[in-house]
Amino acid sequence: MNRDVIICRCEDVTYGEIVDAIDAGLTTTEEIKRILRCGMGPCQGRTCSRLIARIIAEKTGAKAPDVPYPAVRPPTRPVEIGTLEEPGAVRIETLTGTGDEE
Amino acid sequence: MVGAAIAYYLARGGMTDCVLVEADYLSSGATGRCGGGIRQQWSTEANTRLAIESVREFSTLEEELDADIEFLQGGYLVLAYTDEDVAQFEKNVGLQQGLGLDVAILTPDEIVERVVPELNTDGVRMATYCPSDASANPFLTTQAYADAARRLGVEIELFTPVTRVLTDGGKVTGVETSRGTISAPLVVNVAGSHSVPIAATAGVDLPITPCRRQILVTEPLERFFHPMIISFSFGIYFRQAKHGSVIGGFGDPDEPAGFNQTSSLEFLTTMSAKLAFLMPRLRSVKVVRQWGGLYDLTPDAQPLLGETDGVEGFFQANGFSGHGFMVAPKVAMLVAQAVAGTEPDLDISRLNARRFTDGPVTTDKSVV
Repeated sequence: MNRDVIICRCEDVTYGEIVDAIDAGLTTTEEIKRILRCGMGPCQGRTCSRLIARIIAEKTGAKAPDVPYPAVRPPTRPVEIGTLEEPGAVRIETLTGTGDEE
Repeated sequence: MVGAAIAYYLARGGMTDCVLVEADYLSSGATGRCGGGIRQQWSTEANTRLAIESVREFSTLEEELDADIEFLQGGYLVLAYTDEDVAQFEKNVGLQQGLGLDVAILTPDEIVERVVPELNTDGVRMATYCPSDASANPFLTTQAYADAARRLGVEIELFTPVTRVLTDGGKVTGVETSRGTISAPLVVNVAGSHSVPIAATAGVDLPITPCRRQILVTEPLERFFHPMIISFSFGIYFRQAKHGSVIGGFGDPDEPAGFNQTSSLEFLTTMSAKLAFLMPRLRSVKVVRQWGGLYDLTPDAQPLLGETDGVEGFFQANGFSGHGFMVAPKVAMLVAQAVAGTEPDLDISRLNARRFTDGPVTTDKSVV
């Protein structure tokens, strides 16, 4: 396949980049997702995960159905913050000093 | 990240006969789930010094490891809402400036005029701002350390859980893994919350409590703010990554201890309310993904570093309590020096786990 073919359309990741990642030792969809961002875009890998699993299978000799897809993370589809926000969840007048950070 | 970095610094120091054993894939643990912030604003001198040294290491890491880690010195803006915040921050800034940190107190007007024009400062009393605080991509940083360690001769065994730490007569002799035994006179336990069950196989009881924290990320936007924005009293941290997405979370003080890493709807709706309040324009921005990770909390929210009393050669580098990524470069270097038997160039003895049996400990006020 042409190395310039886009496999992850959300994050513009090409076939060539994925093949190079596998050659560098990233042999699972989870690892490739974390380094190349494929599957991190709005479609959450709905399009590319199957293609990447297939490329991994071809490169490593595994059977495509045996290559796991990345973990599915909510929300299933992107949702606007204004739709999600819990009314009344922020009450600055009652802040007491509990919280958290990075 | 801490494991990959220690392996790298050991090899750089000449100890190349070193194996990194990972239960899953690189950064599958706490590092790969964290927010990627790198903060120098702390309330104790020792922590501030360590953080300043870590930023120094981070700032040259891309060159040293020959990799892009998306290091960005966008600063940290720490918002004060309560009397306690104001009193503590005034004290912190004095200490931090005395150590040479470029930190300043800003009024709400100055925040909007000089740092984050779109921030809603309702209720904000003041803020501290340190422009050299930073962020980086946790996956790329871990991978960069691992790749550099490999180039120096370190072996990395992925998908290989450690099942037991082997000891003989009070000395460590190696580790048993799912794929066989590795003999070693020196073993460093860098498994985050999972360090507890691993240490227990050698009869060592670590004072670490695993506890879930959650986080979310939005679709990418053209850059509209630079610093990590955090508040201990409001309960939030968020930043805009180099990629453009806004990433952030908060800790639920009622979160029960345990290894649960699932996502909750309650986090999603509460975090959305916090972001919408502080940055109204985010209301029209979409959340793409949320996930959970584990803090490995110690009683004083400081890591456990150094050799273990009673088991010669068995070192701990865990218990980072939610701020491991940001200090990892310097801490890993110091632990590697201790493992190699040389004197660490910053004293880490105060962070040995024996502090909890020796007497009173100092708690940093800038941690929750």
